[in-house]
Amino acid sequence: MAKLRQCAIYGKGGIGKSTTTQNLVAALAEAGEKVMIVGCDPKADSTRLILHAKAQNSIMQMAADAGSVEDLELEDVLKVGYRDIKCVESGGPEPGVGCAGRGVITAINFLEEEGAYEEDLSFVFYDVLGDVVCGGFAMPIRENKAQEIYIVCSGEMMAMYAANNIAKGIVKYANSGGVRLAGLICNSRQCAREDELIMELARRLGTQMIHFVPRDNVVQRAEIRRMTVIEYEPKAKQADEYRSLARKIIDNKNLVIPTPITMDELEELLMEFGIMEEVDESIIGKTAQEEVLAAA
Amino acid sequence: MAALTREETEALIQEVLEVYPDKAKKDRAKHLAVNDPSVEKSSKCITSNRKSLPGVMTIRGCAYAGSKGVVWGPIKDMIHISHGPVGCGQYSRAGRRNYYVGTTGINTFGTMNFTSDFQEKDIVFGGDKKLTKLIGEIETLFPLNKGISVQSECPIGLIGDDIEAVSKKVAAEIKKPIVPVRCEGFRGVSQSLGHHIANDAVRDWVLGNRDGDSSFQSTPYDVAVIGDYNIGGDAWASRTLLEEMGLRVVAQWSGDGTISEIELTPKVKLNLIHCYRSMNYIARHMEEKYAIPWMEYNFFGPTKIAESLRKIAAHFDETIQAGAEKVIARYTAEYEAVIAKYKPRLQGKKVMLYIGGLRPRHVIGAYEDLGMEVVGTGYEFAHNDDYDRTIKEMGNATLLYDDVTGYEFEEFVKRMKPDLIGSGIKEKYIFQKLGVPFRQMHSWDYSGPYHGYDGFAIFARDMDMTINNPCWKQITAPWKKAASAEGAQRVAASA
Repeated sequence: MAKLRQCAIYGKGGIGKSTTTQNLVAALAEAGEKVMIVGCDPKADSTRLILHAKAQNSIMQMAADAGSVEDLELEDVLKVGYRDIKCVESGGPEPGVGCAGRGVITAINFLEEEGAYEEDLSFVFYDVLGDVVCGGFAMPIRENKAQEIYIVCSGEMMAMYAANNIAKGIVKYANSGGVRLAGLICNSRQCAREDELIMELARRLGTQMIHFVPRDNVVQRAEIRRMTVIEYEPKAKQADEYRSLARKIIDNKNLVIPTPITMDELEELLMEFGIMEEVDESIIGKTAQEEVLAAA
Repeated sequence: MAALTREETEALIQEVLEVYPDKAKKDRAKHLAVNDPSVEKSSKCITSNRKSLPGVMTIRGCAYAGSKGVVWGPIKDMIHISHGPVGCGQYSRAGRRNYYVGTTGINTFGTMNFTSDFQEKDIVFGGDKKLTKLIGEIETLFPLNKGISVQSECPIGLIGDDIEAVSKKVAAEIKKPIVPVRCEGFRGVSQSLGHHIANDAVRDWVLGNRDGDSSFQSTPYDVAVIGDYNIGGDAWASRTLLEEMGLRVVAQWSGDGTISEIELTPKVKLNLIHCYRSMNYIARHMEEKYAIPWMEYNFFGPTKIAESLRKIAAHFDETIQAGAEKVIARYTAEYEAVIAKYKPRLQGKKVMLYIGGLRPRHVIGAYEDLGMEVVGTGYEFAHNDDYDRTIKEMGNATLLYDDVTGYEFEEFVKRMKPDLIGSGIKEKYIFQKLGVPFRQMHSWDYSGPYHGYDGFAIFARDMDMTINNPCWKQITAPWKKAASAEGAQRVAASA
């Protein structure tokens, strides 16, 4: 059995991490890989396309109902979906209460203690909440967890800011553990010269754009049916895109400690590609009235 | 006369600092000083209320200890919930010896531990619902409680539980005060911030409850005792004197105190502050809001007691002033007998102290009444206004140490060779094993009271039986005596 590869998917909220991850995992399973998805988001929507379910019962919810996490068995929380993909959700509180980060920590510790990773698996994918707001959400990239990080991004400014920030987080843990940046997945928003831009960002971060996933409505059509494209319409062109991403990930050897760039460098890059206009320093902090006076 | 000259004391500080790395040395140097009573502002010679250094053995507590353990805990007819995991409440339960009158578990709850016993799921999903449920259970099981305080442990602040919302909602339902206190242990540098937070909670949730209610019949002689936690019965020994001089003690904060007394305090004429550090905040607030003057007093030892009684009486009319003199006269024979008995046995003995809020300066007078001298003193969590007051009480060239480390304290003792050390349980056994007589000055070593004339007699007896205990002559094993005859003599000389 090949060594288990643990991968974490990060990226700005709403960028399409869960959709991309599930389609990718479906493609991997189709290629014969044994895969598990660990949803690390209190919303618990990281496995719905694989399980055809609304939201899977999460570890934390079940632990709360049962009394404590020690009262749970692995089979209570581990669900099997499309092509034997194993699915778990860490779960957590509703927004505004408690500590979702601690939920992720508890859930992952539980999976380890219960031997969820010892089964016949070739890949584990952690689908992590958009913004790494506290230590809990960095859990999957700490020592002995995910070794490969994929960042989902697009050519939009905020998505790139987020990607750069995540790279900073990886540097912190790369020095103490073995975590490495494995590439950027561009989930297209159909911005101008998006592929070139992300390739350039990847180059500056010291990594690669592992795949450019074009926009296609079939993804949404499949999602309405709580299915991946791979399952819903295997012949679709988009399904081949995910297969291609899966193949590249299977073959990926390009694991690096990223070289995050400064805010100034990032803004320069955005200006180069015309996403951001050069800032006219003379107008900073001037009210409309002051501008009229200055012009007069 | 101090144990060492100014130059020797300065050299001692330098020598003790020598082992530290440069950065730590620089920091610790600011917390150690040779006393000069002529200095007006302590900030010129000592730094306090700063974060302890990592790696040293500090003796400090946390904000939760300051609020739950010190200020709120002794209020006997309220139930104080240690909100969070079980340990903070359980390991501090009933440890402070705040005596009270009442039937525990029925109408008073001082020595009991109430906790929300946080589990993993409470951290993840928040503990607000559990808190609501817990208060409901308290109401069912202990219906005679007069109110509830919610003492936050660290996780409450980390996960952002809204204990204020729960408190308001449930208080309206059960029609009793529920006081949320944000005293998470990680806040501040010591227990001191916990005192302040606790004072603010009293101010915001309790103190104004009877504003505009004139049903309380006040008298011109109403006072409140603030900052006496009735350790070993201290507040009772103090209250007696105040009542004997003609004053009416409306409230005790917070030893043997009740929430009703706290609510009535804005009706008094004068606030009497014993522990300035932990309760000056609320006294200042009452001065601003209700124009109630406040003064500090000291009931350790006959000299300070007489001084304080006269100072208190000066705030009132001649009846009270005459009352104060009568009280002093009444106890004179008694305390003179105590001094006559113990002073010859204790004369010239040197003491080093390291304690908490007020005692590092307040007990100096009591030792001096017995012919003893305090040659070194320091506070766990003082601010500079405490040292301003301490400088005046201590002799020239004596040693001051703020937030002393375990290492420094031990080295100072080895060099200054005091006849007695007064500090806490964590220090006790180290110094006893070094062969130095030791008294716990937080808990009075399970004795007390030490306040008032009654307390002074007990204080004198305790110091004598510790210092003159024959055990100190037996520190060296007989078979080692011959080998180290010189060392044995030294130990015997100090006993």
